[in-house]
Amino acid sequence: MTSWSEGRTVRIWIICRRELQAAFGSVVAYVLFAVFLLLSGYFFYSDLIFMLLMASFTPVIGLWQWVFLDMRLVVLLILPLITMRLFAEEKKLGTIELLWTYPVRDVEIIAGKFLAAVAFFLLMLLPTAIPFALLYAYQPFDVAPLLVAYLGLVLLGVAFISCGLFISSMTENQVVSAMVTYGILVFFWFMTWNEEAANQATLRILLGLSLFDRFFNFTRGVIDTRDVVFFALFTAFFLFLTWQSLASRRWRGVP
Amino acid sequence: MISVAGVSKRFGSFTAISDISFEVATGEIVGLLGPNGAGKSTTMRILAGVFPPSSGSARVAGHDVVADSLRARAAVGYFPERVSAYQEMTVQSYLHYVGRMKGVRRAGLSVQADAAMRACGVDTVARRIIGSLSKGFRQRVGIAQALIGNPEVLILDEPTAGLDPEQVAEMRDLIRSLKQDRTVVLSTHILTEVEQTCDRVIILHRGRIVAVDTPANLNRRVQRAGRIYVEVTAPVVEAREWLARVGGVVSVSDAPGSRDGNAVLTILTERDRDVREDIARAIAERGWGLRELRSVAFSLEEIFLTLVQGDDDELERGTHGANLDHLSA
Ligand SMILES: Nc1ncnc2c1ncn2[C@@H]1O[C@H](COP(=O)(O)OP(=O)(O)OP(=O)(O)O)[C@@H](O)[C@H]1O
Ligand SMILES: [Mg+2]
Repeated sequence: MTSWSEGRTVRIWIICRRELQAAFGSVVAYVLFAVFLLLSGYFFYSDLIFMLLMASFTPVIGLWQWVFLDMRLVVLLILPLITMRLFAEEKKLGTIELLWTYPVRDVEIIAGKFLAAVAFFLLMLLPTAIPFALLYAYQPFDVAPLLVAYLGLVLLGVAFISCGLFISSMTENQVVSAMVTYGILVFFWFMTWNEEAANQATLRILLGLSLFDRFFNFTRGVIDTRDVVFFALFTAFFLFLTWQSLASRRWRGVP
Repeated sequence: MISVAGVSKRFGSFTAISDISFEVATGEIVGLLGPNGAGKSTTMRILAGVFPPSSGSARVAGHDVVADSLRARAAVGYFPERVSAYQEMTVQSYLHYVGRMKGVRRAGLSVQADAAMRACGVDTVARRIIGSLSKGFRQRVGIAQALIGNPEVLILDEPTAGLDPEQVAEMRDLIRSLKQDRTVVLSTHILTEVEQTCDRVIILHRGRIVAVDTPANLNRRVQRAGRIYVEVTAPVVEAREWLARVGGVVSVSDAPGSRDGNAVLTILTERDRDVREDIARAIAERGWGLRELRSVAFSLEEIFLTLVQGDDDELERGTHGANLDHLSA
């Protein structure tokens, strides 16, 4: 008879690997990949042209800012489509019930799926570095601000993923999962836009919570610890909600 | 091997099972029998670790399903009511995945997966995508999934549901063959099925245990009377009165579809007495046309009612001829 402790540490990786295999086993992953690359490539190109025309070509940082502000939109568009199936599909198929009968903790299940989505995202970001590399070959520049901008984008994406993961755990409908995630992210994005309506105190709170404002500093090559902490907390908060959502089967039962 | 003590499960204000207690010895096959909503799946999910009980405690292979959940789960192979597997995986890769999740060492993985596939007769489709398999095969994959990791306890929730009769027979053989050193708890709606597979039956009704017994004893307890369905071209009232006079008949009543000139009747007879020939003779005597005559088993629901109420009043009255036969098999 087997003991549950054998290979316990790797269960996260087993789940993560199965998720990635499932993702790349379907055409959706490739379509998302392609759309992401096309869009971010297009934005890079058009921003570059814009900078060349409008300004004499020096302010590389200015270019980063444009490109990354555009890229976050692409990330916003794509990531909910990646996270939507993580739990929703398992709930729909009923495989989640089996998962709960294996000797694996809920935390490990969540970690495995979360890491799979993050890995997918990082994989998707990788080719976007090619244009920058070409540019560097043509005219070397200070890479630190670029890396900072990438860090910001990764933190932002990871925060999106945790939110999407949570929503996915709430429904068995993938479309609902994606739509609600869009709703929440867009809300966090634009909630500072109606500055006029809010008074000073609330505005300060809203500014503090706005994903957009937090990301902005990174695109300028500035790492503010508070921003990093914010993204970390945002991510942790939604992972915690996901955990609670899985635990709710105790009183809700199995779908 | 399994011990359940005072287990209840509530979903919100709804109580799905209440105060369930039973024990299952090593090597035993126990059937959970009960109508829809009786609480079979809820009980099995608690044993399989899907969710904890609201109150009471359960132990599987010596491990508490709440306090020592991971160890308990490692000792259980579970076949869910809703057969499910990752559609895009092949049978083989799926079983390997399950093995790794259950902590089977890499070296033992192929051996176990092959053994499980052979035991369940899915070795021929090892490389097929699960989504492309027929229902019966997916069901077997589900059983194979439960076998991976050599669990001491198998919890099988309606393993034969939705299979054709031949597959049902095969599944029964399969389950019996699993018995050797395992403890099995299975659930079903079908009385004959537990008779053929189980050492002991636990009957659930509305979330409570109403009987625990061997299949043979249970059968004796519920077989209080016989029931016959008959269709005769005759005036209804006359036919009813005439047939009531046949020896061994307890009562005769109208069944749905009965109209003058075509009497459809349900006849209750004394226990252990086959009066079908007498009835046919009585009908022939009057020169009526006999269109149909067959004995009808009591439905599970009716049997539950007798067990719940402890007497056979309900059987005598429960003469709904129409919804007879889902377990007469
Ligand atoms: N998640 C849930 N939320 C609320 N009620 C539930 C939930 N799951 C089950 N129930 C209720 O609990 C009762 C027992 O359900 P259970 O699934 O255990 O029955 P069962 O004996 O397996 O029935 P069936 O033969 O239909 O499979 C039912 O009345 C059901 O409606
Ligand atoms: Mg059930």
